[in-house]
Parts: sequence; structure tokens; C-alpha cells
Amino acid sequence: MNKPNTYRAGVDEDGHFGIYGGRYVAETLMPLILAVEEAWNEAKADDDFWAEFHYHMKHYVGRPSPLYLAGRLTEHLGGARIYFKRDELNHTGAHKINNTIGQILLARRMGKTRIIAETGAGQHGVATATVCALFGLPCIVYMGETDVERQAPNVFRMKLLGAEVRPVTSGTGTLKDAMNEALRDWVANVEETFYIIGTAAGPHPYPSMVRDFQCIIGNEVREQLPELEGEGRLPDSVVACLGGGSNAIGLFHPFLDDDGVRIIGVEAAGHGLDTDQHCASLTGGRPGVLHGNRTYLLQTEEGQILDGHSISAGLDYPGIGPEHSWLRDTGRVEYVSVTDTEALDAFQLCTKMEGIIPALEPSHALAHVAKIAPELPRDHIMVMNMCGRGDKDIFTVAKHLGVGVTEE
Amino acid sequence: MSRPETRITRRFQALKEQGRSGFVTFLTAGDPDPDTAREILLGLPAAGADLIEIGVPFSDPMADGPAIQASSLRAIKAGMTLAKTLDAVRDFRETDDDTPIVLMGYYNPIYIYGVDAFLADAKAAGVDGLIVVDLPPEEEGELCLPAIEAGLNFIYLTAPTTDDERLPRVVKNASGFVYFVSITGITGTKSANIDDVSGHVGRIKKATDLPVAVGFGINTPDQAAEIAGVADAAVVGSALVKVITDNLDAAGRAGPGTVEKVLDLVGELAQGVRGA
Repeated sequence: MNKPNTYRAGVDEDGHFGIYGGRYVAETLMPLILAVEEAWNEAKADDDFWAEFHYHMKHYVGRPSPLYLAGRLTEHLGGARIYFKRDELNHTGAHKINNTIGQILLARRMGKTRIIAETGAGQHGVATATVCALFGLPCIVYMGETDVERQAPNVFRMKLLGAEVRPVTSGTGTLKDAMNEALRDWVANVEETFYIIGTAAGPHPYPSMVRDFQCIIGNEVREQLPELEGEGRLPDSVVACLGGGSNAIGLFHPFLDDDGVRIIGVEAAGHGLDTDQHCASLTGGRPGVLHGNRTYLLQTEEGQILDGHSISAGLDYPGIGPEHSWLRDTGRVEYVSVTDTEALDAFQLCTKMEGIIPALEPSHALAHVAKIAPELPRDHIMVMNMCGRGDKDIFTVAKHLGVGVTEE
Repeated sequence: MSRPETRITRRFQALKEQGRSGFVTFLTAGDPDPDTAREILLGLPAAGADLIEIGVPFSDPMADGPAIQASSLRAIKAGMTLAKTLDAVRDFRETDDDTPIVLMGYYNPIYIYGVDAFLADAKAAGVDGLIVVDLPPEEEGELCLPAIEAGLNFIYLTAPTTDDERLPRVVKNASGFVYFVSITGITGTKSANIDDVSGHVGRIKKATDLPVAVGFGINTPDQAAEIAGVADAAVVGSALVKVITDNLDAAGRAGPGTVEKVLDLVGELAQGVRGA
């Protein structure tokens, strides 16, 4: 494949990144998707829209999030200088809020009065319920039945925030089915409803819209790093974990055209890529069409979608944002994977070394950092997105470590 | 592009000459098991089906309600695939070369099968048309245009949300018939309102000379009759699938009399349509 002049021009007007992306939705939804696209095109060209977005990013979310030199970890690994982009310090504890603020502002602009969302681990559900409380809009969150049981604290948080959590029993009762159910809700409630999708996937314009909201992560890194490392300094590498891939594309996109920046996305290998218990779509799946876009998917030989597995519920999605599929095929971004066990080790390492309890999602990114950093020179600057905090995961971790912790 | 001539176009022509509307059945391929599904399929024309839609099972049928979702999962569990769906059509064609067959489903299984191979195999098996729920006209290059080249009708869905401005775009490369989704919602969850349907069918007729079939919200012979009074055909799916569901035994297998009960309802619905 020829190298494009820029990796940042996408998406094209039909919603494609190369052969990926698109608008594979039922006709009932198509007019809505087109309306969202039209409203988004107007909003993103409107300075007032971005002023409102950045107002909330600063005063409500608490941005910019710090760029922090993980000194003890750097010393321990003995190679690259490791920086954490501290998106776990955002209000609600993860990067998800960047996107839900952006989308609810668009929903309000469109005059929509009812919000729906899907959630897996509950982080996006909480971030959506939060902005719905902030703006006083009713919120319905679809969540797989098994996740409702596994993520009881987040279910309670959403309810406290005034959201209605609807357990999804259809299909296999997981995140992909929650997304199916949200799409079914949208088809049945077209007039008043806005669907806040939680990752940079789905029909056009969602993948590029969510990316544009999450790009605040990478854009801040570009501004912050020179203050710490000298004028004009760019990272030598950036690393992020991927489920659907929204935190990763938000960190990566601003650096895609900087040839000197190595970019690495880390997928969840679960019990290992040689088993059927993983959710590494890019390294273990193949292209297909689901949830409105063409992208890499975990699927059978007959094109039936498979459920992923990861210790991290937030990476547990059988697809991936379409822009990542394109970046994989072009070779601009390296995609690797990390197992449950490696992520657990990294979780503990970070907690003890830095006093930061990372979510299991960025623990995957950190596990890969720990693999490659020792081999890199000491002047190599590596930025990893610490996209969520780990409080939500302590029960899962305790279980895997064989420690009894009572949820109270 | 010229519209392919198929059993669908011939059947609608014949219905027009008879001065009546058609009755279209939908059932999922291989539901609840391949043998029972085969018996039902072979019995449909005699029971009164003018056109047959066969659902291709998919793990994530996002436009379908609980009844058809469950049928899809049953069929997958029973080993049904797209290739075996084509086998079923080939088998049907050994005794029936007139009744039109439309495959209805989602794009991914076809994409994974391979578009060119699928179109060649579908045409050879005796398929006449395709309805692919998640391929709107914006993605017509994927399958619609190649299907026309291969001599198959590509049938587009139109919805209450498809306004007059958008309709010409949707029907531009449609052939065989146009399918009007009578409700804003998923299959089998709401009932169509006859006045609304009548208005929408009128709008579609202004945009195309193709026959208009109406589905998604028709459950009873009376409703089918009502719809047949304002459209060229009425489609019933979930109500038939529910007969299969209601007759499953404790182990989830087809209970006694399943085939007869499904075909009895087909007969009653067909009576409704023919009496309209």
C-alpha cells in the first residue's frame, strides 16, 4: 500500500477510512444518521460549540489532565523515560467523559430530549448518566445481563445519577448485544432520541466524531511535553490500550503525521491469542461488518460474531474502531496484545511503584511498556495513556490474586 | 441499470392480472432445525404463500425483535449457515420453479462468504432477490449493483422515516419490489396503523412504478387483509416464527404438529389477503 500524504485527513465524505467505516445501518436509522452527520458538520465548524466543549472540559472534567513523569517506574525498568497522560484523574475517572460531554452538547444542539447509551463495564454508562444529570436529560443505559451482575457498583452509580439501566438478555447478553439493543431502541424512538455511542466505532459520523472529542488527549500532550522536555520536543513513542479504541485514537491521531513518533496500540489477549478467549480484533480477527461499520471483528468462518474475553470488561468488545483497522493495514500504527496475567502484573507494578491504581484497561498498555522500555535508550520519551483509574477493578483483581475482599 | 427479470417480477405481473395482492411469508432458514424448516418450506406454496422470504441466520440481527432474534440463534445452534441456506433453496427448486424466493438478512455472512461467489451460487440455486437490512443505498456498491449484474433483484427497505426527499435515492436501483417497513421499530413489536400505511404506500408509489410490499407490523389475517387492501403484498414473519417458538418441546426441539400449525396459519393469512 502506498503511503498516504497524511494519515489525518480521514474520514472521506462517505464515512470511510480506506475500506473501513461506512454506514451499514437499516433504512429506518439512515435519515437519523444523516441528521447527526449534518449537525456534527455544522457544530465542528462552529467556534461557539468548541468554546462550550472546552469550558466543560476545564471546569467540569478538570482538564488539562497532567502529563506525569513516572520516575520510579522509569528507574525500575531502566530504559525509556515513561510519562503517564493522567486521564484517570478526569471527573468520573476515565477518558469516557471527554466524549459524552461532546455528544450531549451535540444532542442539545439538535433539540433531542432523550439519551440512550450502551455500556460494558459501566464506565461509559456512568459517563453518560453523569452528563445527562448535568444537563437534566432522561438517560437509558443498555447493559448486558452478565455485566449488570459483574459491575454492580457502576449499576448503582448510574441509578444514583438518575439513569435507567436496562439489562440486555438477547444474544449472549454482553456488550455487543447491549449495542444491538440500543440500536433497536433508537429505531423505535427516532424523533426525540440521541444515541451516545461510547467508542470511536459505529456508523459514520461516530468514529471520526468521537475521535475528534478524544483528540484533546493527544493535543494536550503536544502542548505539555515541551514544557517538561524542551521546546519542540515530541514523544518518541506513544502507547495506549484498545477495546473499541477511543482513548487510543485520541492519543494517536495528533501524532499520525509525525514520522518520528512510534505509535503502539495494545489489545487484550485474554487467556492468549492461541485460545478462543481473547478480544484482540486486530491481531486475532478479520474484516467484517457489524454495528454500522466495516472493521476487524472476532467472528466464525461463517461470519457469526463471537464474544470476546478479557479480564478487563472495558476491552471486552469483538470489534474495533474502523480508523484503527485502516491504521493497521497501512502499517502506521503497530498493534500488539497483552494477556490477562501480564496486565495483572502491570497493575500491581504501577500501584506499588507509583502509588497510582490503574484500571485494568491501561494496565494492558503498561504491560507492553514494561516489555519494551528496558531495551530503549534513556533519552527515549514514551507517553502512555493512563485512561482510567482502577478503583472499579479492585474486586476483580482481588479475586484473581486469591484475596478475599468484601464488597461493602 | 436495467432491472433484472426474475420470478418476482413475473409473480407480481401475474398477481396484477388476477387483480389481487400477494402474500409473502418470512421464516428463518433452518429454524428450529433443518428438517422441520425444509418441510415447512416445501409446504408454503400450497398453503398460500405467493412469495417466500428466507431469513439467513445472523448472530446480531439489529433490526429484529425477540421472536426473530431467537429463531436466528436457534438456527445457528442447529448448524444453519448461508451455504446450507442456499442448499435449501436448491432443494426447493427441484419441485417448484415458479414461487419467488428472497433471501433476507444482514451483510456480514454474505461479505465473509464473498460477494461474487455468493451471487453466483445464489443465482444458480434459484434465489430471485435479496433484502439486506444493513445495506442502505449509500452502500449500494457493496452488493446491490453487483446483484443486479448477476441478475438478482435487490429489494430496498423504506421506512416511515424515509421522507419524500430521500425516497428517490432509495428506490433508484431497487427492483422486484419495494419493501415498506410499516412501523418505526423492530420486527414483531408494534402493529401497523392502516391509515399511516396507506399514506406512505401512496408516497412510495409516486416515487416508483415497482410493487410495494408492506411488513414488520402484521400479525393476524384481518391485519393482512387490511394491508393487502392498500399495498401490492403483505409480509408476515414474526407471527409465523412465534408458532414455531410456541411449539418447541422442553428440550427446545420442534414439537409434534409444528409444520402443520405453521402452514395452517399461512393458510389463514393467505385467505385474509385473498379476500381483501
